[in-house]
Amino acid sequence: MQAQDIAVFRGEHCLFSGLGFTVSAGEVMQLHGDNGSGKTSLIRALCTLLPLEQGTISWRGVALPASRDQYFSEMTYAGHTEAIKGDLSARENLRFVAALRGTTPNIDEVLADVGLESRADLPCRSLSAGQRRRVTLARLQMTAASLWILDEPLTSLDVHGRALVERLIVRHAESGGAVVFTTHQPLKLDGCEVKSLELRS
Amino acid sequence: MGAAFMALLKRDLLLAMRRRGDWLNPLAFFVIVVTLFPLGVGPDNDLLREIAPGVIWVAALLATLLALDGLFKADFEDGSLEQLILSPQPLSVLVLAKVLAHWLVSGLPLICLSPLLAVVMQLPMRALPALLASLMLGTLTLSLIGAIGAALTVSLRRGGVLLALLVLPLFIPVLIFGSSSVLAAVSGFAIEAQLSLLGALFMLALVLAPVAVAAALRISTE
Repeated sequence: MQAQDIAVFRGEHCLFSGLGFTVSAGEVMQLHGDNGSGKTSLIRALCTLLPLEQGTISWRGVALPASRDQYFSEMTYAGHTEAIKGDLSARENLRFVAALRGTTPNIDEVLADVGLESRADLPCRSLSAGQRRRVTLARLQMTAASLWILDEPLTSLDVHGRALVERLIVRHAESGGAVVFTTHQPLKLDGCEVKSLELRS
Repeated sequence: MGAAFMALLKRDLLLAMRRRGDWLNPLAFFVIVVTLFPLGVGPDNDLLREIAPGVIWVAALLATLLALDGLFKADFEDGSLEQLILSPQPLSVLVLAKVLAHWLVSGLPLICLSPLLAVVMQLPMRALPALLASLMLGTLTLSLIGAIGAALTVSLRRGGVLLALLVLPLFIPVLIFGSSSVLAAVSGFAIEAQLSLLGALFMLALVLAPVAVAAALRISTE
């Protein structure tokens, strides 16, 4: 993915402009910046949820929106909101994601991977915040996407949860995927190249 | 695409089964409003028969409007809507699945209850097929049109009043042809013309509304 000279406004206020970077297969990019510096806005702009004031985002060399269909099938986004249904169990939530993305992964394996195998059939409403966050981590693996765009993936996770996020990111990068994420906590990502991008308000 | 359509339909129906209050309230509203009329107007059967088509249709329309507010709200608040927008499936197809699921839990039970309310309103039996047919086409059209308003107001905290202002003018043709078809059936006239027009409105809404809803949802999540 390549971003060229992008600028994003919120109302009249310019958050950033002239920003450009490239994220290639196997690369991990961490966004730094203080609160309010525009990390979430940049993340949302990369997912096309926020319109760009100027500049282009390209996917595999083709500028959006021409490559949108391909981009959407190869990109997945996890934001501040968990996007899981409290009235459905983790398994039902993940089954829906698989159908939506047209993938056929092994749900039991993915659930075991994030440590939720014993909670798989409880309504997500009764899970703790950290466990719900683990369901969203499981969702990433359901999508078979090559680009992960993560906004604060460590929110409400414990030490084991953080290790899990580190493991998932490293594994994803090693298998040829790319990750763009924001976090305020230091992550230990051994064995993969971490780019960092600092946003200043 | 078909698998995603069915999966979303199934998910929404499952959610509706687990959260019954959301769709039972508009149904209760429909029943209560119609049953209050004989009590308020008095036991004048001729008058009741005369106003029955209009009363049942207006109550059905308001019940649909009441149910519409929640169509995209829950998905918007928990972030599922963003995931739907960013999925590799065409958003208008997903929208159609959501509207269909919504109609199956709000419109269809309303149609099933309407014969009972027709009896309460002294509507002659010969008008019943017209009532059922017009409500069938009508509530589907109302759900589709109303979804546009629901999509536009989903990000507003108190979008209910604005939603009503936006979609009520668009509901009026459906109301006019719907109630007039029942009225014609009561007097023994042909109802094909009204039903054809309702059918045309439905086809128009079926083709155009999902595209408009998809565009409105993209704006609302900015």
